[in-house]
Amino acid sequence: MVLVNVEDLHFSYGMIQALKGINFKIDDYKMVGILGSNGSGKTTLLKNISGYLKPSKGNVFIMGKSVYKMRAKDRAMLIGYVPQDMYFDFEFTSYDVVMMGRTPYLRRFQRETEKDVNSVKEAMTLTNTWDLKDRCVNELSGGQRQRVYIARALAQEPKILLLDEPISHLDAKYQIEVLSILKQLTAKGILVFAVLHDINLSSQFCDFILLMKDGEIISMGPPNEVITAENMKIAFSVDADVIRNPITDTPLIVFSKSKGMI
Amino acid sequence: MKVKKGFYLLISIVILIASLMFSASVGAVKMPLKSIVDVIFGNGNSTDKMILLNLRFPRIIEAAFTGMGLSVTGTFFQGLLRNPMADPYVLGISSGAAFGASIAIVLGLGLFGLQFFAFASALVTIYLVYILSKKGPNVSMQTMLLAGIAISAFMSSIISLMMLLNHNEMSQIVFWTMGGFSLISWSQIFYTVPIIFIGCITLYMFSRDLNVMMTGEEIAEHLGIDTERVKKIILIVGSLITASSVSAGGIIGFVGLIVPHISRLIVGSDNRLLVPFSGIVGAAFLVLTDTLARTVMVPVEIPVGIITAACGGPFFIYLLVKNKNKEVK
Repeated sequence: MVLVNVEDLHFSYGMIQALKGINFKIDDYKMVGILGSNGSGKTTLLKNISGYLKPSKGNVFIMGKSVYKMRAKDRAMLIGYVPQDMYFDFEFTSYDVVMMGRTPYLRRFQRETEKDVNSVKEAMTLTNTWDLKDRCVNELSGGQRQRVYIARALAQEPKILLLDEPISHLDAKYQIEVLSILKQLTAKGILVFAVLHDINLSSQFCDFILLMKDGEIISMGPPNEVITAENMKIAFSVDADVIRNPITDTPLIVFSKSKGMI
Repeated sequence: MKVKKGFYLLISIVILIASLMFSASVGAVKMPLKSIVDVIFGNGNSTDKMILLNLRFPRIIEAAFTGMGLSVTGTFFQGLLRNPMADPYVLGISSGAAFGASIAIVLGLGLFGLQFFAFASALVTIYLVYILSKKGPNVSMQTMLLAGIAISAFMSSIISLMMLLNHNEMSQIVFWTMGGFSLISWSQIFYTVPIIFIGCITLYMFSRDLNVMMTGEEIAEHLGIDTERVKKIILIVGSLITASSVSAGGIIGFVGLIVPHISRLIVGSDNRLLVPFSGIVGAAFLVLTDTLARTVMVPVEIPVGIITAACGGPFFIYLLVKNKNKEVK
C-alpha cells in the first residue's frame, strides 16, 4: 500500500519558489531522512506534507486521501509534527505538554479518559520521558525537551511522524538516543520523516533518503545510492570522499586533505 | 492533582464571598452580617434595604464582575500575545473608550450618553486595530500590538487637545479616566454583567486551545486547532468584556495585568484552572480595593485605579522577588 504519495508539489513564499515539482512515493513504514543545504526547501516540504502549508500546485496523498481535503482534526490523528526546538515561557509540566497531543481526540468540554492517559503514558515510556512527567518543560535540557515533544506527537497516535531537525541542537548521546527511538517507531507501524543535517548519522539510521537542492529532489533512494561523492558535490557544494563504514556497512563521508580541506 | 485543583478554586471562592460580605458591611453606616443576610433573603428593615439594595449591592456587583472580566481577559491576552506586559487595554481599547467618554463629557451628554459613547468608541478602536493588522486571512499579533500603541497615542493626543480646549470639563475627564464605581446603579448592571458573564464563559471554553497555542501556534495547527478562528474569538469576546466594563467603571488599570500574573504564580499556567481562578481572584481584588476607595478618606472618594495600583504593585514586586529567590536556590 502506498502510504505517502507526493505529486508534482509546488510551493512559493510570495515570489520565491520554494518547491519546484516534488514527486515521490513511500510504500512502507520506514525512516526517511530529508537532506539538503540550508534553504533547499526541506522544512517547506515537511510543512506541505503535514498540510500546514497549502501548495500552489500538486497534491499530497496519505493512504489515498489528499491531506488538504481532510478535516484538521482527522489530519491531526494521522500526522504528528515535531517542530524545531523552541522555548516558551509558560510553566507546563511534561505530562501536560504530552497530553496536549490528545487534543484532536477530545471534544471541547470532554475530560481526558483512561484511554488518553494510557496513550500519554505509552508515548512517554517509549521516549524515556515518563520520569520527567512532573518537571516543567522549560527547565528541561534540550535533549529531554526534544523527547517530550516527540512524545506529544506520539500521543496523537499518528501513522506519519514529521520532525524538523530533531537532533540539530543535541549532543552525541541524545542524537543517538533520539534517532534510535525514531527507528523503533518504524517497527510499530509509523512512517517517520526527519529533516537532518548529519549526513553520516542519516546514512546509518535512515532507510530512505530524499536529497534536496533548490526546491527539487536531486536524488532519492537508500543511503547506498544517495550518499555519493558526486551527490554531495551537487547538493552541498563540498568535495568529500565517500567510503564504506566498516562496522555498519553504510556510506561514510569524509572531508580529507586531498580535497583541499584543512 | 485533581484534589489540588478543587482546593485552589474553593479557597478563592471563600475569599470572594468574604470580600463581598466585608464590602457590604463597611461604609458610612456599619452593617452587621445578620442584616446583610436578612436583606438578601428579602427581610430586614427598610433603612438597611435602602442602603444595601440601592447603594452598596450594585456597586459591589459591578466591581466584582469588572474585576472578573478584566482578569480573565488579561489572562487570555497575555497567553495569546505571549507577552507578559499584555493586559485588556494593550490593544488601545482604553484610549478608545476614553476618547468616546471625553466627547460625551464635552458635549454634556449625561451619564448614559457617556457610557454609550465609551462603549461604542472602544469597539470602533479595536476594530480599527484589527483591520490594520489583517494580512489576507491572517492576523499578525505583532502588528496588532504596534497598531494598538499607534492608535492609543493618536487618541490620547486628541483627548489632551479636547481637555486643553475645554478647561471646565477637564477634571471630569481626568476623574473618569482614573476609573471608579461611585456612579453605578442597577441600570449599568443590566447591560454590563450579562456581557461580562457570558464573555468569560465563552473565553473559558477556549482555555484548552489557548494552552496549546501558548506552546506555539504552528504546533496548535498541527493538533487540529483552527488558530486563526480561536484568535479572532478571543479578541472579539475579550474586547466586548473590556469595552463594557470600561464604559461603566472607567479605565481601571492594573487589575487585568497583575491578577493574571499573581494567579499564574500560584496555580501555574494551565488555563483550565488559571482562568476561573484568576477570574474569582480578580473579582475579590476589585471588590476589596473599591471598598478601600470609598472608605479610607471619607467623605472624599479615591479613584479605585489609584488603589489597585498602590496595592497591586508592591504585592507583585514581593511575588517577583520571592520567585527569583526560589529560582536561585
